[in-house]
Amino acid sequence: MTLTEHLPILIIILPLFAAVIMPLTGVVNRSLCWYFTVVVTFLVFLIALSLVCNVMEAGRISYWLGGWKPPWGIEYVVDKVSALVLLVVSFIAFAVAIYARRSVEKEIAKSKVPLFYSVYLLFITGSMGVTITGDIFNLYVFLEITSLSLYTLIAMGPKRRALIASFNYLILGTIAGTFVLIGVGYLYMVTGTLNMADLRVLLPELYGSSAVLTAFAFFTVGLSLKLALFPLHIWLPNAYSYAPSVVSAVVAATATKVSAYVLFRILFTVFTVEFDTSVVPVTYLLIFFSSVAIIMGSVIALSQTNIKRMLAYSSIGQIGYIVLGAALTNELALTGSIIHIFNHALMKGSLFLVVGIVVYKTGIDDISGFKGLGRKMPISMAAFTLGALSMIGAPLTVGFVSKWYLAIGAINAGMWFLVPVILVSSILTAVYFWRVVEKIYFHKADEVEEIVTEYEVDGAGCACKRFEAPLTMLIPTFVLSVLCILFGIAANIPAGIASSAAKMLLGGGG
Amino acid sequence: MNIIYSPLPFMAILSSAVAVVLIALSYKRPNLREFWTIAAGVAKFCIVLSMLPEVLAGHVIEFSLLEVAPGLEIAFRADAMGMLFALTASFLWIVTSFYSIGYVRSTHEKKQTRYFMAFAGALSAAIGVAFAANMFTLFIFYEVITFCTFPLVAHKETKEAISGARRYIIYLLGTSLAFQLFAIFLTYSLAGTLDFVPGGILAGTGSKAMLTIIFILFMAGITKAAMMPFHSWLPAAMVAPTPASALLHAVAVVKAGVFTVVKVVLFIFGVDLLKELGLGTVLMYFASFTIITASIVAVKQDNLKRRLAYSTISQLSYIVFAVALLSPSGITGSALHIVIHAFGKITLFFAAGAIYVRHHKTKVSELDGIGYAMPFTMIAFTLGALSMIGVPPLGGFISKWYMFLGAIEAKHIPIIIMLAASTVLNAAYFLPIVYAAFFKKAKYGDASGGIVTGVQEAPGMMVVPLVLTSIGALALFFAPTIFLDLARIVVASVTGGG
Repeated sequence: MTLTEHLPILIIILPLFAAVIMPLTGVVNRSLCWYFTVVVTFLVFLIALSLVCNVMEAGRISYWLGGWKPPWGIEYVVDKVSALVLLVVSFIAFAVAIYARRSVEKEIAKSKVPLFYSVYLLFITGSMGVTITGDIFNLYVFLEITSLSLYTLIAMGPKRRALIASFNYLILGTIAGTFVLIGVGYLYMVTGTLNMADLRVLLPELYGSSAVLTAFAFFTVGLSLKLALFPLHIWLPNAYSYAPSVVSAVVAATATKVSAYVLFRILFTVFTVEFDTSVVPVTYLLIFFSSVAIIMGSVIALSQTNIKRMLAYSSIGQIGYIVLGAALTNELALTGSIIHIFNHALMKGSLFLVVGIVVYKTGIDDISGFKGLGRKMPISMAAFTLGALSMIGAPLTVGFVSKWYLAIGAINAGMWFLVPVILVSSILTAVYFWRVVEKIYFHKADEVEEIVTEYEVDGAGCACKRFEAPLTMLIPTFVLSVLCILFGIAANIPAGIASSAAKMLLGGGG
Repeated sequence: MNIIYSPLPFMAILSSAVAVVLIALSYKRPNLREFWTIAAGVAKFCIVLSMLPEVLAGHVIEFSLLEVAPGLEIAFRADAMGMLFALTASFLWIVTSFYSIGYVRSTHEKKQTRYFMAFAGALSAAIGVAFAANMFTLFIFYEVITFCTFPLVAHKETKEAISGARRYIIYLLGTSLAFQLFAIFLTYSLAGTLDFVPGGILAGTGSKAMLTIIFILFMAGITKAAMMPFHSWLPAAMVAPTPASALLHAVAVVKAGVFTVVKVVLFIFGVDLLKELGLGTVLMYFASFTIITASIVAVKQDNLKRRLAYSTISQLSYIVFAVALLSPSGITGSALHIVIHAFGKITLFFAAGAIYVRHHKTKVSELDGIGYAMPFTMIAFTLGALSMIGVPPLGGFISKWYMFLGAIEAKHIPIIIMLAASTVLNAAYFLPIVYAAFFKKAKYGDASGGIVTGVQEAPGMMVVPLVLTSIGALALFFAPTIFLDLARIVVASVTGGG
């Protein structure tokens, strides 16, 4: 066997071992940790990239862990959906890792830095595992790895409130995890298998069984809690706003997306579309809740004065889009949903990274802190504006592409009344982002400069008016925001992958 | 009709987009910066002009840039309708650039680089609207115009400017996202395409009710046309510096709006379908209402720019009204009025700006006797005003003539009374200014407080452009051939004759 055949396991093993070695590296030399993390995440990204290429060429890859044949052994599956999610997560992880150095230096105590990188890599391991596995118990395990590392990461936030936020998330996350585990248990009880593809074959005969229905209910609620679908979102705003900036960015861009991906897997791979729409009409429920999420997320975001909280509520709305597309169960809408996983990761990632830069430079995370920054940080603020335009869904940005697919999908599903929901939320999004953009470019700064000199640690270039962030922060941020435009124009590439992924999910492939 | 494939339409758009970058880079050297503006303007006009012979010969020039996603193509097509708009906008940009330079330097505006960048960007987008080959491309540029002109409206960064700009963007962005985009979604899902096709793409695709809803959504979503009740952004946007108001709010922005309306009426729905649905008549009455009401409001305005703004609202609705007649002469009148109104209105705004720069007067009631201090400006103003009213021998007469003809063709006799009444109202809000300027005694002081005696004109950079545009308004009466030919090609194509 060659190395390429083992890529599906390497993508897990590599960050996992690196996470274990990290504290040791920290003992040797603390500054090595960052380099190590960047190298590892870069390798993970490369592996994901080559997996995507393989999948696009040769189709579904199935990897048997330890050579055990499924359904007895654990199977890792890379198909078009999981390949796309792997790529998104690893790319964001890599970009944020580069960015992390300076931000972490400032926000996290020196002694904890190696620990931070170690847990960060664990989080990547978990996310990768959730995405790649074809076994639902294994999925639960990775989901818990992701969640546990997230609790830790959030608790490292600079304010004391971070501990409470983390603890809240821990309680709700554990409930969600338990629900998923109960679901897994029930399915195992009636079928005797844990392999997703196998479950798909065995389950249809048992669709009437109350054990299956219960399992399905537990899965849906548990995952909705994990991905913060509207009424189950309360853990998210605090978690996002009190976490270290780096963590906010990576969580907002990837964590909820991975949970959404798991929901897709349960809805379309383990169960079938017929089950979701006719046996238990859960899709109608999801359409309702996601519509409410889309509107409420935007409405609450309007009233926020803290920029991180504003972005957090905006995320709740955006998660609504992702779920809505899946719940409509037609090809165009699901394409929109999958592509939005990709698009939202780019735009929210870049926005949170900009906020991180502002916090790094001025120490302010309030919207009023953005006054007059257009002059002082032209590049960061340009990145923010591009991200904001994408969020609004201006044409030629990624946001427009997602909305296009979702809206056309909704109309094709005969639910054209959902289009106003999407459009109204676009307008609300425009209002709360434009508020910030206006502050950036058309308001004069007040007293920010004094605080800046206080925070200016490297002492270089603080005399001049401009105070752009260091390049390690600026480049990843700007790259993400440029990608928002690039993939908004050349949307054929992600849309092509997303649409064949949607076809596969709906068509019954594993 | 031949289709010629050439990147010229795209280059016309690109020329000023490139200028945006160059302007930004030369922010330290104002003269070089202004050179880029002028150079891009001339280049753009030449490119547009170079396409004219082909279009006049009945060909269209197409260029497909890229496909964003299946069904969403960015493509350009220079046809007769687009040519009308592009020629006007690109020519007037050159004139306005000179005027702008004169204006911002006399008033010592701040952030001139941003100003010229936004200007060039907005012009790119306006040409993009003119040459868009499908509704998606048009929508992109429609939104780009909004974003590019926001800095112009907010330019002064005072509280008033920011609140005006806020209203501006809420109206334009809000309605286009809520209604226009909705209509585009529905159109695409019904017709499976967004291409502009003479005769429309929606015929026979959906129920009557559905098509009516789409039409209403389109009309409500194209707020740049400033039809009531979505008009109040336009007076609010008058806080912009005058050259910006002149080009953007008399030419590029609002004309992009009515141009979009015309495109939707003729190329998405088509004359036949609208006749069948009876929606043309409804639109016509809405437009008539706006024409009359805005004129009445204009009479009451004392602020000169606001009066001009309300006049614009009313004049824009002429264009919508004329196309809604759905008769050949009506469509001709509509197409011509896009050009003719542009020349007349830009002259009026230029004059208002010149008065402000030289004498700091913004109110109509302060203009007594100003005709003697600023003879060139006020004679040009008079010509512009007469063209607006529709007095021969000025361009305005021609378009009004076709509108009357169109109304008769379409057998809407009561509407002729409306047209006559609106002409009287036009006279009622313009002629008092002309009268005051030339026949009332001056009772004001100049900037230093003394009584004005003798000629005190604005800088030549401002006076020459406004004299030029007023001559343009005059020339359009005597030589409307090119535009008339273009309008005829439009009519022939959309009524099935071509």
